[in-house]
Amino acid sequence: MQRRKERVDRGIKVRSSDVFALSSWREMLYLSAPRLLPIVGLLLLSVVLSYYWQRVLLSVSVFALLAISWDILAQSGMVSLGQALFFGTGAYLAGNMNHYLGWPPYVTLPLAAIFGGLLCTLFLIPVLRLRGIYFSMVTLVLPLMLVRIIEATRIFGGTEGLSGLDPLPNRWVEIYLIIAVLLAALFGFRRLMNSDYGLVLKGISDNDRSVMNAGINIYWFKTQALFIASALGAFAGAFMTHVYMFVGMPVFAMDYSILPIAAAVVGGMGTLAGSMLGAFILVPLSEILRGLGGLRIVFYGLFLVIFTVAIPEGIFHYIQRKYHQFERWVEVK
Amino acid sequence: MGSSSLLNVSGLYKNFGGVQAISDLNFEIIEGELLGMIGPNGSGKTTAVNLITGFVKPTEGNVHYRGKNITGWPPYKIVRLGIARTFQMVKPFYQLPAYKNMIIPLYSPRVKQMTGGKYGDRDAVALDLLEEVGFERDAFVAYKSASVLPQGYLKRLELAKAIALQPDLIILDELFSGLSLAEVASIVPIIEKLRQQGKTIIMIEHRLKELFRIADRIIALNYGQKIADGQAADVMDSQEVKNAYLGSE
Amino acid sequence: MLTNAIIYGFVNSVILMLVALGFNVTFGISGIANFAYGALYILGALSCWVFLNPIGLPYFLAVILAVAVTAIAGALLYRFVLQRIRGMVLSEVIATFGIGLALLELFKYMGFIGFEYSLPVISDTSIEIGTVVIDLQRIFIVIIGVTMAAFIWFFTHHTRTGLRFRGIAQEERTALSLGINTDRVAMLSVSFGGAYAAIAAIFILPLGTINVEQGYSVLINALAVCIVGGLGSTGGLVLGSLLIGYGQTFTATYLESHWVMLVPLIAILVILVIKPSGIFGKQKELEERI
Repeated sequence: MQRRKERVDRGIKVRSSDVFALSSWREMLYLSAPRLLPIVGLLLLSVVLSYYWQRVLLSVSVFALLAISWDILAQSGMVSLGQALFFGTGAYLAGNMNHYLGWPPYVTLPLAAIFGGLLCTLFLIPVLRLRGIYFSMVTLVLPLMLVRIIEATRIFGGTEGLSGLDPLPNRWVEIYLIIAVLLAALFGFRRLMNSDYGLVLKGISDNDRSVMNAGINIYWFKTQALFIASALGAFAGAFMTHVYMFVGMPVFAMDYSILPIAAAVVGGMGTLAGSMLGAFILVPLSEILRGLGGLRIVFYGLFLVIFTVAIPEGIFHYIQRKYHQFERWVEVK
Repeated sequence: MGSSSLLNVSGLYKNFGGVQAISDLNFEIIEGELLGMIGPNGSGKTTAVNLITGFVKPTEGNVHYRGKNITGWPPYKIVRLGIARTFQMVKPFYQLPAYKNMIIPLYSPRVKQMTGGKYGDRDAVALDLLEEVGFERDAFVAYKSASVLPQGYLKRLELAKAIALQPDLIILDELFSGLSLAEVASIVPIIEKLRQQGKTIIMIEHRLKELFRIADRIIALNYGQKIADGQAADVMDSQEVKNAYLGSE
Repeated sequence: MLTNAIIYGFVNSVILMLVALGFNVTFGISGIANFAYGALYILGALSCWVFLNPIGLPYFLAVILAVAVTAIAGALLYRFVLQRIRGMVLSEVIATFGIGLALLELFKYMGFIGFEYSLPVISDTSIEIGTVVIDLQRIFIVIIGVTMAAFIWFFTHHTRTGLRFRGIAQEERTALSLGINTDRVAMLSVSFGGAYAAIAAIFILPLGTINVEQGYSVLINALAVCIVGGLGSTGGLVLGSLLIGYGQTFTATYLESHWVMLVPLIAILVILVIKPSGIFGKQKELEERI
């Protein structure tokens, strides 16, 4: 008798589909638990953690935003090798507005996000018409070049950067602002990507000629996705500028480009939640590994390769699968 | 059924870096007719369609639709005018179920335009359209992933995607290829129904017998040039066409 | 001053071209963008150093071995990583990027930083061309660079194997059906690129020291030249490197030297506005894929 493994939806998943979810508390809990977990978890952590780990949580949330931004682009067919571009643009915009114009954070943050998004999108629009690889190449090159240019021309504070910038009112505002934005981005954009709009974006990534043939202007859609992603990244940069009260060349560092990709790859591409999960795993890990210095990046690099080649689905998909389905051996008829 | 010229192709040339794919192509289509396009492999039929629908820009020449010059327009603008086409090599979104494939054309601004600004329930419309092209509703075929559907259904899906755009002119690139006689026979009524709705159709085909039964007029291409244009019987009698397909003695 | 700028500008252009050749070759032949290129460049230089210093081999032998090591590294990169994810551009990009990153940071961690890490020049002497003094090493670089570019151009345009290689980049399924083992060709293209990187490194780095950070600069410059000139085209690469190379040299000579880094960026931005696919880049995105 030959047997094979079969994956079947769990009973509770079937029972909680559609309207039937309202039939009992258990079903409602099954559906709401995954959504409540990040919300409750984050709120709890923000309160119970020590000061040092609260700062780590800030960092985790920022990287999670960058990872979500990366994932949105990846789902739309654009592989960004330079999240640092968005991060750095937002950071410098906020820093400059604060330093030279004296605008307070509650003005610079939204403006940096929007204009950062616009600026980056405008720069990248010409590449959208080309093969995907050009997008990757240009996003890789631009932040690295911007670093050298700032260093050489000494604009925007040059190598010393701009310091003495305004902080946010207090550390509770800091932590709750970023958590709020993160959760809003996670749930909001997850909803968007699962809607028909998101389907069009994924279609563009899969088979863009077919989407063009359906009468949709794919470049306009890609531009929209790019704006969303870059605005998110720019916000992250602007936020960090006010947390550290400083902006300088390090905002264009490779770390901001690589870690989001690693987070998405490890956590699970294509689900936004997976990217966030990846950030929650990798950033604390990197804090713990801080003692290893440069070796840290070696690990990221290796992680990227191993996960891309061997476990492409990522951790989140694995967990999701286990949550919704179970496996059993079945006779082959 | 009006007898006005719907589409007018004049002096079209296309050169792909040394290969002259289309040479001095001229033809027009009357509103409401079914025009067949035939010719041996490589004669430029698909290129002609690509030129009309904006996927390729011509080196020279013009394409007019309802009097408007649409030469070199991008595909999405051309679809919005009311032209839809299918691809010879079907291009479904393989990881999606069949009815989700339909969401993308249904999300098109063309559909919004035609339904007066409201999209309606896209899922329901998708299922209806698929049923019209032969996706049996009670067998829930529409819910199957495109990756498991056989060619016959994929071709129908491709057709449904074009119909979803509510076009006035439909261009079908080798719809019948890869289908059995029975499958072809089951698709023909769908095409007849489109004709009854007043749509103009261009069909590129290799299956000449099936095509000649339904086409009003035939154009034949060879090496990128038009070599015949007329009623089915006349075209088939033309020596040039015979030579093109069979090779000259 | 002008003749000085013209001659050194040419040298600078050839250096850029030499550096970008390997990357372009891999992409042109097999359509793989190898973001580990910078790492292979440094690997070539470091292995040459190791063969020369601790091991003490004669120069000629060390060079050949270093090139071989890098070529093999490229082949292994393909065989064990890229082959499994062939065709999925996203994964290829991430994986090669990850490996390049891991390698470069590993080199940094292992401590290959310092003045003692330098490669010897071919010859210490300089010659005079008109009023300009130029060292023999730079002349040597120019000769090597021009030869290698010419070789690639000849190989891919005029030999049967070369044309076959290009066929794979354009239409893999057709190439497969013609009996060409695309996996083997792709592996060869990555190791070819690696070998080129090593050769470039071994002859260019004597001008300074081996600095691991250069691995990133090399990648940036190679990408800039390819973006400006058009991926996959040798002619475009030559033109792109001339543009950027002369741009940089003239900027350094007539303006201030810290504007030099702006040149590649401006070149990229200008190209993106005028002709995004590069000077000799493939034409319309759409037509390419029909």
